[in-house]
Amino acid sequence: MSTNNFKLIENPKGKFNTYLGLGIAAVGIIVLLLAPEFLTQYYVYLLATVFTTALLATSLNLVLGYGGLLHLHHGVFFGVGAYTVAIVTTKTSWPFAIAVLLAPLVAALIAFVIGWFCVRLRGLYFGMLTLALGQLVWAIVYRWNALTNGDNGIHAIPVPEFLTSINSVYYATLLILVISLIILYIITKSPFGLMLLATRDNPVRSESVGVNVKRHRLTAFVIAGFFAGIAGVLFVLVERSVAPSLLFWSESAEVLIMCLMGGLTVFMGPMLGAGILVLLSMVVGLYTEYWLLVLGLLLLLLVLFLPQGILGYLMEIYNKSQDKRGEY
Amino acid sequence: MLQVEQLKKSFDGFQAISDANLLVPKGEVVAVIGPNGAGKSTLFNLITGHLQADSGHIRFQGKEITSMAPYKICHRGMARSFQLINIFSSLTVFENVQASVIAKHRLDQNFFRPAKKLFIEETLEILDSFGLFDFKDRSCSALSYGDQKVLEIAIALGSKPELLLLDEPTAGMSSEETRRIVNLIKHLSREKGLTILLTEHDMELVFDVAQKIMVLHQGKTIAQGLPQDIRNDKSVQNAYLGETG
Repeated sequence: MSTNNFKLIENPKGKFNTYLGLGIAAVGIIVLLLAPEFLTQYYVYLLATVFTTALLATSLNLVLGYGGLLHLHHGVFFGVGAYTVAIVTTKTSWPFAIAVLLAPLVAALIAFVIGWFCVRLRGLYFGMLTLALGQLVWAIVYRWNALTNGDNGIHAIPVPEFLTSINSVYYATLLILVISLIILYIITKSPFGLMLLATRDNPVRSESVGVNVKRHRLTAFVIAGFFAGIAGVLFVLVERSVAPSLLFWSESAEVLIMCLMGGLTVFMGPMLGAGILVLLSMVVGLYTEYWLLVLGLLLLLLVLFLPQGILGYLMEIYNKSQDKRGEY
Repeated sequence: MLQVEQLKKSFDGFQAISDANLLVPKGEVVAVIGPNGAGKSTLFNLITGHLQADSGHIRFQGKEITSMAPYKICHRGMARSFQLINIFSSLTVFENVQASVIAKHRLDQNFFRPAKKLFIEETLEILDSFGLFDFKDRSCSALSYGDQKVLEIAIALGSKPELLLLDEPTAGMSSEETRRIVNLIKHLSREKGLTILLTEHDMELVFDVAQKIMVLHQGKTIAQGLPQDIRNDKSVQNAYLGETG
């Protein structure tokens, strides 16, 4: 038996990583803060859309990448968040702030109800149930004319005076995105986050060391739903309108592809995927209306050549050069 | 500490456990032996809640735990290792044990403390006593088979159990690695005062470490007692004839 001094233990590689990550994040934020000065309104709008989508994708990855759960219909909670804002502002006389606060809570509540059923199933069955229950919510939104305006959606949603210019919307979405990401990051590094990885790796063993795996997964599902609801708020700020297509499954599929593209094992991965897909769909849209065809081809290439995602691949190279452990 | 009475369990008409009885006194090392397919692993899975019994009773520290969820049984002070490697494959060696320690302290639903800084000493102490200290930052999938088996037990120890169940702790190991496990079991029993229940094929190991032995044959307990009594028991000899030595 060796006698090591336990107090001296530090992980220098981990420290370096943290500083590097913080540095990149700081530079990124400064660039983004200055961006509206140099860009046309259209690109500012586009970036705000990227922020919205990035938050949605990152929240999905908590369940998908960290929890290892095949969550196929995350867009529902995004749509529920957006619709909550739209309905509260157009059908009640409550202040806008109440609508904004309610949105993530309602999304989390719906996530709790859907998740409560889904965590009882495993693998593909989990995925099919998220899809089925999600489409059920879509059908309700699509049909409930009195509340949701059905197929037409809700347009010209009133927002406070200070959020009418695209630049102020840009800064608001950036601020909310950054705060949300910090909270999500802290969660992934918390005991809860570590145990979430453990339940992904080995649910049977997790249960054996005293973790209520179903409850753990449900908690992750509800947190992800909450942040998708926040993304829904951002969507309303940017677009000022909602339509039932927000809750349709193909929207969720696109978000899933964003996560795959960026890399499920890296925190920033889904954000990168979101950025690439949103910008790409804009560029492709200039030349052809067959965006989905391009998306399909991209997915094919991704699965064949970069199954770990772009950022996952880069991290692998970085880790090899640092001679550290395999995965993160 | 642990009492199993008239336990029964069948799978699709096959009676895996037909009448299992077991008594594990506090502080002792008890071994369950029996030919292949006798139901040893099934018995373990019943005790730890991974399977639900058809009938019978399991009592732990005087309280009924029959068909309770595994995580609740763990909270009561029972931990186990598995026959096949059953670890958290993407985590480091350190995190594997730390996850278990975190769950033991019921902090697995804590969102805002950095996990990296939690229970470092407690985790390293376990790794150290298992000879895994030098591998702590490695991905656990990079460990040798023998070290993974040891890590298997280390994870169980992270739960700070009073009763430790070891399901074939030396399965597939070299004689040198087996030695290491034997020393480990003796250390845990004598110095840490753990009560240990194990199944094992290696009879030499069983008679070396066990203070009591229970023999399971076709899902039935056919004998239970001190090692020397088991060695001389006629029904045990019959059950093993043509099987192991």
